[in-house]
Amino acid sequence: MGKRIGIEVSIAAADAIAMANVDVVAAYPITPQTHIVEHLAELVAEGELDAEFVPVESEHSAMSVACGSSAAGARTFTCTSSQGLALMNEIVFIAASMKLPIVMILANRSLSGPISIWNDHSDVMSVRDCGWIQVFVENGQEVFDHVMFAFKVAENKKVSLPVIINMDGFALTHMIEPIEYWEQEEVNQYLPDFEPVSRLHPDKPISMGAFGMPNNFTEVKKAQDQALRDSKPEIIKAWKELAELKGKEYKPVETYQTEDAEIVFMAMGSFNETLSLAIDEMREAGQKVGLVKIRLWRPFPLDEIEEAVKGVKQVIVIDRAISFGGPGGPVASEIRSALYGQENAPGITNYICGLAGRDVTIKDFIKIYEESKAKLHDRVRQDEYIIYGVRE
Amino acid sequence: MEPLNVYATRLVTRKEYFVSGHKACQGCAEALAVRLVAKALGKNTVVATATGCMEVVSSAYPHTSWDVPWIHVAFENAAAVASGVEAGYKALIRKGKMEEKNTTFLAMGGDGATSDIGLQSLSGALERGHDFLYVCYDNEAYMNTGIQRSSSTPYGASTTTSPAGALHKGQLTWKKNMAAIAVAHEIPYVATACPSYPMDLIQKVEKAAKMKGPAYVHILSVCPTGWRIPTEKAIWIGRLAVETGVFPLYEVTNGKYKISLESELRPVEEYLKPQGRFRHLTPEMIVEIQEKVTADYNKLKAKTTA
Amino acid sequence: MKEGRNDFKRGEKLGKISAEPTWKDLGTGFIVDDPGNSKEYKTGDWRSSRPVVDKSKCISCGVCYIFCPDMAIVKTEDGFFEADLYYCKGCGICAHECFTQCITMVAEEE
Repeated sequence: MGKRIGIEVSIAAADAIAMANVDVVAAYPITPQTHIVEHLAELVAEGELDAEFVPVESEHSAMSVACGSSAAGARTFTCTSSQGLALMNEIVFIAASMKLPIVMILANRSLSGPISIWNDHSDVMSVRDCGWIQVFVENGQEVFDHVMFAFKVAENKKVSLPVIINMDGFALTHMIEPIEYWEQEEVNQYLPDFEPVSRLHPDKPISMGAFGMPNNFTEVKKAQDQALRDSKPEIIKAWKELAELKGKEYKPVETYQTEDAEIVFMAMGSFNETLSLAIDEMREAGQKVGLVKIRLWRPFPLDEIEEAVKGVKQVIVIDRAISFGGPGGPVASEIRSALYGQENAPGITNYICGLAGRDVTIKDFIKIYEESKAKLHDRVRQDEYIIYGVRE
Repeated sequence: MEPLNVYATRLVTRKEYFVSGHKACQGCAEALAVRLVAKALGKNTVVATATGCMEVVSSAYPHTSWDVPWIHVAFENAAAVASGVEAGYKALIRKGKMEEKNTTFLAMGGDGATSDIGLQSLSGALERGHDFLYVCYDNEAYMNTGIQRSSSTPYGASTTTSPAGALHKGQLTWKKNMAAIAVAHEIPYVATACPSYPMDLIQKVEKAAKMKGPAYVHILSVCPTGWRIPTEKAIWIGRLAVETGVFPLYEVTNGKYKISLESELRPVEEYLKPQGRFRHLTPEMIVEIQEKVTADYNKLKAKTTA
Repeated sequence: MKEGRNDFKRGEKLGKISAEPTWKDLGTGFIVDDPGNSKEYKTGDWRSSRPVVDKSKCISCGVCYIFCPDMAIVKTEDGFFEADLYYCKGCGICAHECFTQCITMVAEEE
């Protein structure tokens, strides 16, 4: 049982990566993830972390370096946000198609324009279809735990896929939270050494990144899709092992006070912390309301979501990104399509809030609840989304 | 061995690490360049290639022409990918997870991938000092996509995006000097080479690989398809490029310049006339080109004594 | 003219890796783990003329060997160099560069 210390979440994340004995870190600064790579640089410079710290000249090169080093068989980490993710976009897709087990922390930050350094999910939503395993964490402890989880799952020979850990920029990266570090023996027990399925080595030459033709491309993509789908049991296994080791069980979808809820909120990331408190307040006022937290974003946990909303009359989906001109925010449109045709499917309302770090308080969530509850017996359009709090 | 005066093909290994069955055009001197580089480096090499002619012709699934470990990721990041492989090996070897075998890390890209879209990642890799070799095979245009101009396309050359028309007569700008850019990064070794001088090329690549730190070799790769010459003249035109001073062969070792082939320069017209891509050149343009070539060659010569 | 080389069986169909795999064959990502297997591919079909050597003039210098972009010039048992017609694309570089001009490009009949 480690000691609980109050520490900035970015620093703890970097410490976790160091404890995971990463081999190569591809680093480029971008607010708000910079503290992570800065601390990693410190650890390497002090001789506390034996890794190659590669200070690349752009995020595109960061992901490219990560591809090279992962293909060489080294445990690889990189970290970015917003514009950096947008710049490395093409390589992100390629990394998944090449099945390179890179771990990336994405400090969620708004995509430009206008340029903004503050927190929302528009960056991660731009790579929804990239083929990476994607998880969301809501507090500092979860970031620490998920670093170990991410390497374990990514490098699992049955998986061999890259993993994105989404943590809200500033809302998490710059917060000082109480975090319990793992003991090094626990890390060593949970996380085996990286043994790649394939690697670039002169003793056994292989060619990676061949040129695909119309007559074999579909099969490659099906194989990639199936690999992502097949990773789910391994993900759940890794979480179960973590629970046995540390006592905290993570699940693809976690529920809070949903047992007799008529209306539930559904959200991802640090909003869930605020929402939990809002639920408590509303429960005290007698409202039958609960919270469904989506932790595993890709592969999409349809079964767990269906299970979580059974018997619920209305789901209030909170999005932290806009899909311009689309049939709802990104999460809402996926939930609507996921629950379509389900017997006694709940009504779904969609609120987009917190764009570029705008504060969403407990009071705001209560207001959203009341607004949404008023529509409980209305027929809400399948493409309705309300941008909460916009000044008219 | 005086590399240019001796055709000692018997001294060259018979082993091929870039093998037959690749889908390059007939007479492709770029494929020849890659073949010679692969021979020079041998088995203990990891290659990262950029998208382009050589990547496409050598890696159409299910075939690969590579008998060494090879990776292709994207167009503009061969240098970054090679940096990653080098960093990965360094870490693994230092941490005792892998045996040190002095593997050579090679990044290869065409002129488009090097002087245009990949310039940034090349510059970053050179500045960070990775122990790797970057080879640019320069066929002076984006040939794989059908002969579009790049910043390495020479002045006056006709390409599909710098066509010779009534108003503009081919490429309007002068060829970007990639070797000079590499030299400006103050790396241990920079060289220019041409497969028409195979022994020189092989020796330079061997030397570059042995250097600690980044090395850059710029290889003029004649493309009969894009330059509009008969396929059998690929080697001959490459030789003319060197003999006229259009593409001088030289090395810069730790800042010291050495010209590989010193001779009286032949008139550039001998090089330009046989090529269809220069068919439209006016006499004025040829004079312009001759003046620039002579001036640049003299500047180069001055650097050797500086 | 000897066709083919010693280390590769002529006429062998596609080797370990199929050009049209099922999706289940592609488990490890799009990796080709049979190095140099492009040797299966017959580029010799491309040519419209082939090099013919006049051995009486050949000095075995190996220039044709070193300049072939397709690695299609092989050394025979009697010490001379010949084109491997399985791969030779008929570009004519060997004929053009030959020191003694002992190679002639002859049009393919078919």
